[in-house]
Amino acid sequence: MQKAMFRVWKGQGEQAGFKDYHTEVGDGMVVLDAIHQIQAESEPTLACRWNCKAGKCGSCSAEVNGKPRLMCMTRLDTLDLSMPVIIEPMKSFPHMKDLVTDVSWNYEVKKRIKPFRPRKPDAPDGTWRIQQSDVDRVQEFRKCIECFLCQNVCHVLRDHHKHDEFAGPRHFVYTAALEMHPLDTEDRTAYLKDEEGLGYCNITKCCTKVCPEHITITDNAIIPLKERVVDEFYDPLTKLFRMFKPKH
Amino acid sequence: MSDYQTHEHDVLVIGAGGAGLRAAIEASASGVSVGLVCKSLLGKAHTVMAEGGMAAAMGNVDDRDNWKVHFSDTMRGGQYLNNWVMAEIHAKEAPERVRELEKWGALFDRTKDGRILQRNFGGHRYPRLAHVGDRTGLEMIRTLQDYGIHQGITVYMEHTTTALLKDGERVVGAFGYDRERGRFRVFKAKSIVLATGGIGRAYKITSNSWEYTGDGQALAYYAGADLMDMEFIQFHPTGMVWPPSVRGILVTEGVRGEGGRLLNNKGERFMFNDIPDLYKNQVAKDAEEGWRYVEGDKSANRPPELLTRDHVARCINREVKAGRGSPHGGVYLDIAWIKEKVSSAQDRIKKKLPSMYHQFKELAGVDITTEPMEVGPTTHYVMGGVRVDGLTQMSNVPGLFAAGEVAAGLHGANRLGGNSLSDLLVFGKRAGQYAAEFAKKYGSGSIDEDQVKVAAKKALEPFDRPNGENPYIVQHALQEMMQDKVGIVRTEADMAAALDGLAVLKKRAAGVGIDGNREYNPGWHTALDLDNLLICSEAATRSAIDRRESRGGHFRDDHSEKKKEFSEHNTVIRRAPDGGMQLRREAIPPLRDDLKQVIEENK
Repeated sequence: MQKAMFRVWKGQGEQAGFKDYHTEVGDGMVVLDAIHQIQAESEPTLACRWNCKAGKCGSCSAEVNGKPRLMCMTRLDTLDLSMPVIIEPMKSFPHMKDLVTDVSWNYEVKKRIKPFRPRKPDAPDGTWRIQQSDVDRVQEFRKCIECFLCQNVCHVLRDHHKHDEFAGPRHFVYTAALEMHPLDTEDRTAYLKDEEGLGYCNITKCCTKVCPEHITITDNAIIPLKERVVDEFYDPLTKLFRMFKPKH
Repeated sequence: MSDYQTHEHDVLVIGAGGAGLRAAIEASASGVSVGLVCKSLLGKAHTVMAEGGMAAAMGNVDDRDNWKVHFSDTMRGGQYLNNWVMAEIHAKEAPERVRELEKWGALFDRTKDGRILQRNFGGHRYPRLAHVGDRTGLEMIRTLQDYGIHQGITVYMEHTTTALLKDGERVVGAFGYDRERGRFRVFKAKSIVLATGGIGRAYKITSNSWEYTGDGQALAYYAGADLMDMEFIQFHPTGMVWPPSVRGILVTEGVRGEGGRLLNNKGERFMFNDIPDLYKNQVAKDAEEGWRYVEGDKSANRPPELLTRDHVARCINREVKAGRGSPHGGVYLDIAWIKEKVSSAQDRIKKKLPSMYHQFKELAGVDITTEPMEVGPTTHYVMGGVRVDGLTQMSNVPGLFAAGEVAAGLHGANRLGGNSLSDLLVFGKRAGQYAAEFAKKYGSGSIDEDQVKVAAKKALEPFDRPNGENPYIVQHALQEMMQDKVGIVRTEADMAAALDGLAVLKKRAAGVGIDGNREYNPGWHTALDLDNLLICSEAATRSAIDRRESRGGHFRDDHSEKKKEFSEHNTVIRRAPDGGMQLRREAIPPLRDDLKQVIEENK
């Protein structure tokens, strides 16, 4: 069997740095398998998050050779193994240890977004009638596995550290899923503009490129949300209309 | 060393998959304070991997369906060892639980008239599974999570629980640590709900995540609770087999529900060759009738691929053993063939089974719309677990409740696909409700510092042995042995050897050591998991030895028939005062007459 070298970010705080490990590479192996092998063979303390190992839970996000990836879905035979495989933690979040970062900020941001509020049921038995086409429209957003790779790669967070003013692509997808939910009646447009900082996004589409679920984040979620904000707050006709609308 | 922080709640829920979240939501709704402890980040629990759907007799697709048929299917699937109180409640309450999810924002696939669509699944007579493509578990956990975070529940993410604390007979708290820093925590609570899932990591080939180390079963066992039916472990017939690194990853039953057929290397559809007596009246005569069933023809019977999981898994095992398997030791699962029947087959497969398409394409380089998959059995689910009261989900330890996979009873000897997600909701809700009632009624107990000290000392032991054996090596040895000796086909001799092996592994586990500190140290976590895995493995092995017959998920080569004398009891394990494992047979209460009638009518 072939051996490969893995250059893994190891340690905490000031002491953290790259450490090299060698391990054997078998058929069909993914990066997460290599990490597990290293844990079992030589470094039991090597910390990484993972759960399903099938691309469904979004736990094992990292940067492999500089690219934000799920380690469980990155096959070693797609990488150049004549060079060390470089594995680092996500950079947009505070580092904890080895490959683990503190992603709790994402959970706080989500909690502040107004939750789902359905319209009154359509049928006397308390159920709704929904067309499959209306389900299909939001299905894409609901596929999100919360791996936070989109948050990691977004320059507003990664380079400009606007964590206090900007919710990030994951939460735009979440908001889009709620806003376009066929039963939802809540209005989050003002919140999107004022609190989620949607305007900071200048649609460079980096988030879309790294999404392991292939959600077209920018085109299908962010741009339509931007249009809603524009329609409601910057459209001259709407503005005029609002001037005369009774306040309640 | 036993510095710790204390958190106090009325109800403590351990585990944040479907059952834990649903329990926490229910308890919180009744006005008590709720703490929810989970080993991973919120929303990453094993529920996220469920694919096919949740079974509920709503009758949206076939109006002949009702709770009676669902009840009968569940009992037949469980070979009548089920706790029939639970099976009845489950069949009656599942539809309401599904509709409730929709109220909280879940979006299921729809029928033409806009109602929730239901799909066929193994062992269910009518199309019964509410679903969203093949990612129903994600939809469910995300809905519960996004609803739950607004219900005033305090969530402790990435916390491991290592012991339950008692005041006399009742539980009054839990001891554990946060995985990030390794700081000890004491959770004081008036009642506790275990919702920790299964034990799949005791096996080498499994569809289960790292979290499935039998924590809840072991916590309950040490607290004096009964474990029941631990011999019944479900080997899902279709896991991936190639490449080696993906071996065991689940291939949803939905593939067969959508028409997928199982073939051996001769191209034979071997499932037609072996139809069990219990299902003779319910299986298609030929491939043509099977296809009509898939397409919704109400006069047609199901194809044999949709027989129960225990049976399908054994048939696959037999084909492989007889040399009729695929190159990597599985059989073929073919969905691409439906192009003979429908013109837009490729689109249909991608639409109905998107994550399967994705999974095979990316991990195995196989395009399931044009070529067959290679599949074989994988450890998937434990029917057994904490023995609970069917109505309240309370164990024999006052104040200790269990729901979901960690609890036993609903599924008997074999679980039907789709009955797990509905189980989580129905009994998660009930556990939360009754745990809250218990908390209100009995108030607080007191925490015994000595118990805390013992738990803290035990948790730190691996650090005292920096030169001890690597815990991963011991875990792998256990997984190899359980796979080999207490797997899909069992014998007395193998299992006796397994017991000897477990005794050796226990000694090795007591000698594992780790270095480094307590902060996010997976070696330490693995060392502490070992004891839980060993308890569950021993309970499974002892129960399996005692059951000298074959039934459901338990198949013995040396007793390959179902036997009357084993049809009326459950196997129960309890910790003896001397610390040993005690086994007894517990008679199943006689079935109520009206339910007998229901089963008779649905034969």
